[in-house]
Amino acid sequence: MRQPAAVIAPLVFPILLLAVNSGGLKAETQLPGFPTNSFVAFALAVPFIQGALFSTMNAGTDLARDIQTGFLNRLTLTPMRRLAVLGGQLGGVIVLGLLQAVVYLAVGLAVGVRFESGPAGILVLFAFAFMVSLAFGSLGTLAALRTGSGEAVQGLFPAFFVFLFISSMNIPRNLIQVTWFRDAATANPVSYLLEAVRSLIIVGWNAEALALGFGICAVIAVIGLSLSSWALKVRMAR
Amino acid sequence: MKTLAVARGVAWRTLHNVFTNPSLLIPSIVFPLFFFTAFAGGLSRIRDVPGFDYPLGYTSFQFVFVLLQSAAFGGVFTGFGIARDFEGGFARRLLLAAPHRSGIVLGYGIAALVRWFFTATVLTVVALAVGMNVGGSGVDLVGLYVLAVIMNVAALLWACGVAMRFRTLQAGPVMQFPVFIVLFFAPVYVPLGLLRGWIHSIAVVNPVTRVVEAGRGFLAGSPTEVGFAFGAGLALVLGFSLWAFRGLRKAEAAG
Repeated sequence: MRQPAAVIAPLVFPILLLAVNSGGLKAETQLPGFPTNSFVAFALAVPFIQGALFSTMNAGTDLARDIQTGFLNRLTLTPMRRLAVLGGQLGGVIVLGLLQAVVYLAVGLAVGVRFESGPAGILVLFAFAFMVSLAFGSLGTLAALRTGSGEAVQGLFPAFFVFLFISSMNIPRNLIQVTWFRDAATANPVSYLLEAVRSLIIVGWNAEALALGFGICAVIAVIGLSLSSWALKVRMAR
Repeated sequence: MKTLAVARGVAWRTLHNVFTNPSLLIPSIVFPLFFFTAFAGGLSRIRDVPGFDYPLGYTSFQFVFVLLQSAAFGGVFTGFGIARDFEGGFARRLLLAAPHRSGIVLGYGIAALVRWFFTATVLTVVALAVGMNVGGSGVDLVGLYVLAVIMNVAALLWACGVAMRFRTLQAGPVMQFPVFIVLFFAPVYVPLGLLRGWIHSIAVVNPVTRVVEAGRGFLAGSPTEVGFAFGAGLALVLGFSLWAFRGLRKAEAAG
């Protein structure tokens, strides 16, 4: 919170991309089979996932700095448990993720987006923001613990960006015409994260989309946390 | 002659750095290819939107934007190198050693151009390989690539002015962000006529819109708004030249 760049960039950049895309791609709603006549409503899912990608960077960069400055080594001299180190790191990321969700939601409501799932859907959306921040944050801590380098963590950002763009970010999967792109988007877990948020906004209650979204978050979080815990053990033993 | 000698030295050093350092070279090639893939591949269905009338198809439509974007970001990435030279102390030594300091800006400009030519070649080859249609004649295509060169020079001069004022890599977002905004507030995904609301209002007054529309006209073989496009591009070059050379003076004054 004391580093404006760490807070402002995850808030401003996704909103800017939302503004650009929702203006530029509004004509897409005229395609037969497009699920809504509001592109902002369709695209509002993107900031939630893009913000989570920033969580990865934040969690990883902060932990890598602690490693580079020797702070983590000093922690190993204390009786602190590994879980507490990871929990403390990820707690901040989750709070920032929830703050981002409030801002994205407020922007969406301000420009006229209405949630088909109602107020309960908004609560589910916050639960999803919690899960997705935890999942991606754990990947960030894993990267930091394995590499011990802030630059290496930052280097992951383009890779995550590829996952975001090769997904159903800008168009529903069934409307993607190029076969290999549709297949890649279908195999890409980020598509299902987007579709879980999108279902709450433009569909209402879609159990399959929500189960896939929450399920993928849970799998990423379990894998990320398990490997982070192991990587922390290895690093503390050095 | 002294100016040219300085320019040649700065350009050679910058290009040597870029072409021997994969972490500098690869992003400038991969990012345009990635955007081309994401836009032309993922959004190809947009050609079915009523009113979309670009005759060569969506791959060609997006190629022009990505080519111009790669040119602009080629300039910005070279601006990062200028900031890095100031952070490392090399630029200060260069200011002391150069008899004609305007050659420094010229040298970075030549490096930005050569660097972008490499990217543009890769992008063009890939686009042709995936079936991009070309309707324009040789003269039209020269027009398209000259417009891209103008974008490259304008972006380099902008980034150079920022780098010489701030003299730190932390100014990277200041170089990059406005270029990103100006590019994406042009008709990126659909022709200008299909934009509606506030983004249409901005796109109409955005000078880059003229450049993008003219570039698409060149590729299709039906040039449109050529005078406006070259006028807007050259005005940007002129304005940012003043910005860059005033930045050079500020860097000199800062010592």
